[in-house]
Amino acid sequence: MTLALHRDDFGRLVLTDAEGQVHIGVLPVRAFPLTAPDDGVSLVDARGRELAWLDALQALPPPQRALIEEELARREFVPEIRRLRAVSSFATPSTWQVDTDRGATELVLRGEEDIRRLGGGGLLITDRHGLHFRVRDFAALDRHSKRLLERFL
Amino acid sequence: MRLETQSRRPVGRPTSIHMSNSDIDAATALVGARQPIPAELDAKLAGGENVLALAAVDLDEALIFTQGELVLTDRRLWARSGGSGWRAWELAPELRLAHSDHGGVGTLELCDARQRLAEWRFTLGADPQVQKLLAAFERQQARRAGRPAELEASDAAAEPGDPPEDEPATQEPEGPPSTWVLLRLSRFARPYRRQLALGFVLTLAATAATLVPPYLTIPLMDEVLIPFQGGQRIDPGYVALLLTGLLGSALLAWGLGWARTWLLALVSERIAADLRTSAFEHLLGLSLDYFGSKRTGDLMARIGSETDRISVFLSLHALDFATDVLMFVMTAAILFSIDPSLALVTLLPLPFIAWMIHLVRDRLRTGFEKIDRVWADVTNVLADTIPGIRVVKAFAQEAREAARFREANRQNLAVNDRLNKTWSLFTPTVSLLTDVGLLVVWAFGIWQVSRGRVTVGVLTAFIAYIGRFYTRLDSMSRIVSVTQKAAAGAKRIFDILDHHSNVPEPAQPEAIERLKGAIELRSVAFRYGSRSVIRGLDLSIAPGEMIGLVGHSGSGKSTLANLICRFYDASDGAILVDGIDLRRLRVADYRRHIGLVLQEPFLFFGTVAQNIAYGKPEATRAEIVAAARAAHAHEFILRLPQGYDSLVGERGQGLSGGERQRISIARALLIDPRILILDEATSAVDTETEKEIQKALDNLVRGRTTIAIAHRLSTLRRADRLVVMDAGRIVELGPHDELMARRGAYWRLYEAQARRVDAADSDAEGGAALIGARLEAEGHAHAAVQSGRQP
Repeated sequence: MTLALHRDDFGRLVLTDAEGQVHIGVLPVRAFPLTAPDDGVSLVDARGRELAWLDALQALPPPQRALIEEELARREFVPEIRRLRAVSSFATPSTWQVDTDRGATELVLRGEEDIRRLGGGGLLITDRHGLHFRVRDFAALDRHSKRLLERFL
Repeated sequence: MRLETQSRRPVGRPTSIHMSNSDIDAATALVGARQPIPAELDAKLAGGENVLALAAVDLDEALIFTQGELVLTDRRLWARSGGSGWRAWELAPELRLAHSDHGGVGTLELCDARQRLAEWRFTLGADPQVQKLLAAFERQQARRAGRPAELEASDAAAEPGDPPEDEPATQEPEGPPSTWVLLRLSRFARPYRRQLALGFVLTLAATAATLVPPYLTIPLMDEVLIPFQGGQRIDPGYVALLLTGLLGSALLAWGLGWARTWLLALVSERIAADLRTSAFEHLLGLSLDYFGSKRTGDLMARIGSETDRISVFLSLHALDFATDVLMFVMTAAILFSIDPSLALVTLLPLPFIAWMIHLVRDRLRTGFEKIDRVWADVTNVLADTIPGIRVVKAFAQEAREAARFREANRQNLAVNDRLNKTWSLFTPTVSLLTDVGLLVVWAFGIWQVSRGRVTVGVLTAFIAYIGRFYTRLDSMSRIVSVTQKAAAGAKRIFDILDHHSNVPEPAQPEAIERLKGAIELRSVAFRYGSRSVIRGLDLSIAPGEMIGLVGHSGSGKSTLANLICRFYDASDGAILVDGIDLRRLRVADYRRHIGLVLQEPFLFFGTVAQNIAYGKPEATRAEIVAAARAAHAHEFILRLPQGYDSLVGERGQGLSGGERQRISIARALLIDPRILILDEATSAVDTETEKEIQKALDNLVRGRTTIAIAHRLSTLRRADRLVVMDAGRIVELGPHDELMARRGAYWRLYEAQARRVDAADSDAEGGAALIGARLEAEGHAHAAVQSGRQP
């Protein structure tokens, strides 16, 4: 499967569909961002209408795939928590000092229900501003982080 | 701040002519900004270059957390990210800034006519500053382009006239310290301090009384039994005196113990009741989004069983513990007064036990918190399944739900098991230490007796005291777990009590007697989590006007209605009613003027009359009947076995959807609101009922400012103006005919609906019986569409 896809000077993705219509500002969206990120990617236009459906990213030729992955990387921001340095309190709202794969930062947990359990020991933590943080495997964290985090689970 | 800016930029400041706009901009922008202008930048600025706004961004282009800054001056846009140097762009006329956000990350792009020049990323915590910078940028561009008209307008919009820099919910509420959370209960104990003081005195007396008997064993041993073994006669009178003393102290201890237990149980029950009530009252005051984010079962468990646990803790465990501590202090005093060295040895094992208790404390506390949460999971399964039982049965998923419950229960077991492992080891260890302690006392005591330092009577008294005392220590160790349990419960309740409503009451509310019902929305924006639901929406609604809100689902219609009801506060902009900002009115005062009819009417358990009079409990019977008549509910109510006194169930069981809807319309009619919100009021009912409801609604709408949301466009044919929304913005506005003539978004929606109804009709003729009811409803809509076209 091929797509007539390129990036313009404004950094937007441009898709030309089968009818020759040009769509500017195309956005790739994962259908199952947590359970199957690489399967089922939809290309939607700026108004959210679906233009194309890709069963699997792997099936695309490398240049287009790179474009889509680049755009996905721009849009997806789910820092992975590697370490909890400190928490302000064990009662919510609680401010956490964390080290993530995107650098050190601070997040405010509003309530324990903002920690969503994913399968396989993974956690998805939503902060006060709606930013998602991910813990890939709770059991693989260091002892200190685990002890802090455990109080919220 | 403003002074600082001026002193930093004294060079070439034009005297008074240009003070006006740019100065105000700079001042307001910098009030919101946290840090002053970075010194390195200050040096780079040209003479007379004024800083208008600055914003801190916290991500770089590769989405790594780094500090960066954006500074807008009247000539240039400066930016720096991480360690890199400052870059600047001259404010050329074709320069544009575009703001967007997705998934909690905002993007600000700088483009000229040909390409993107730069982009900045930030988390939404930085968004307010960036928004301000963006607004200042647009104002400055307009000013440079010499567009005075637009400038006036945007300045007026930027300067709200009401509290400047009013950022209500951005301060983060501080979390409570978890360890001393139980002390916070003292707030609820204050009204009962007299009873508590009396209880304390009683406890003191009762404890003292229980300490008398071991003391009497000293003379009993030394002056009666030991001399008897040595060949002396027993003095019956003396023995009788001692035994009477024993009996007397036992009776006294019994009486005092009863009195204090009764009194303190009474008080603790009241404290828990107060706690429960205030938790519930506070809960009712919280805004809707709190309820949206919590699960019913969890909240019910918090208010119900947690307060009960605290009550038991206060009346039983805390009381016992206080008694134990008193007993400990008194015993220690008595022991030291009898024999200091023996007393010292006796109390030797204590620090060990205290240390043990401390050791286990943490583990137990986290364990109990976890148990509470798992327990809430168990109740959540119930709260999910029982209301949805029809769906469960219809899809034959009973086994799945049972498995879900079993799984939650299994987790509960697992957590309990893990905790019990620690806990079960704890008590026997304390017992072991007790026994070892007694052994030490025996050994040391016998040695002392053999050297003639103490008498046998003193040793027996020590053993009696210490035996009593160590058994108490055993139960004292239990206080650790119950305190932790109670603290965990108290924490969960204070979590509710500490949660501030997102819809705060104003400090000095403005009084409203009579509303005219004019509503004005000024560049209103609303964000739910990281999702922008409403963006920059302006709309003014005249008193008595009926507005129909139209748009795809998810276009922000219901959110807009919720904002007008003030279930939420707008993230940005203001909503004014009769020219007064909603945030300046007391919530309850304002809501009294709002009638709300929802898609799913909710009836409380009670009679029909009570349900109609829900918003006005003092309504007379005549008023209730009049409201029911106007809502076309009177006749069917009379058909019920007990008329207006018939009970309607938890969710109005026994009444059809249309009947419930008409009761809820009567409810709205009775309070005679100036503003009426109809949120999909007719979408859940069939054709015939819809006609009835429509008639009832026509009565309701007359003379009131009405905002009606409907999916079926036909139901909005009476609206004075239609507001077509898409992605949180108004895309079209005007009466039906005008919008149809314009052949824009509304026309497309209308046509699409008509087409779908046609398709549905043909399907229905094809005999799709399963979804017949739905199609029938659609069919009616079609009919209504047709008739709507006639005039």
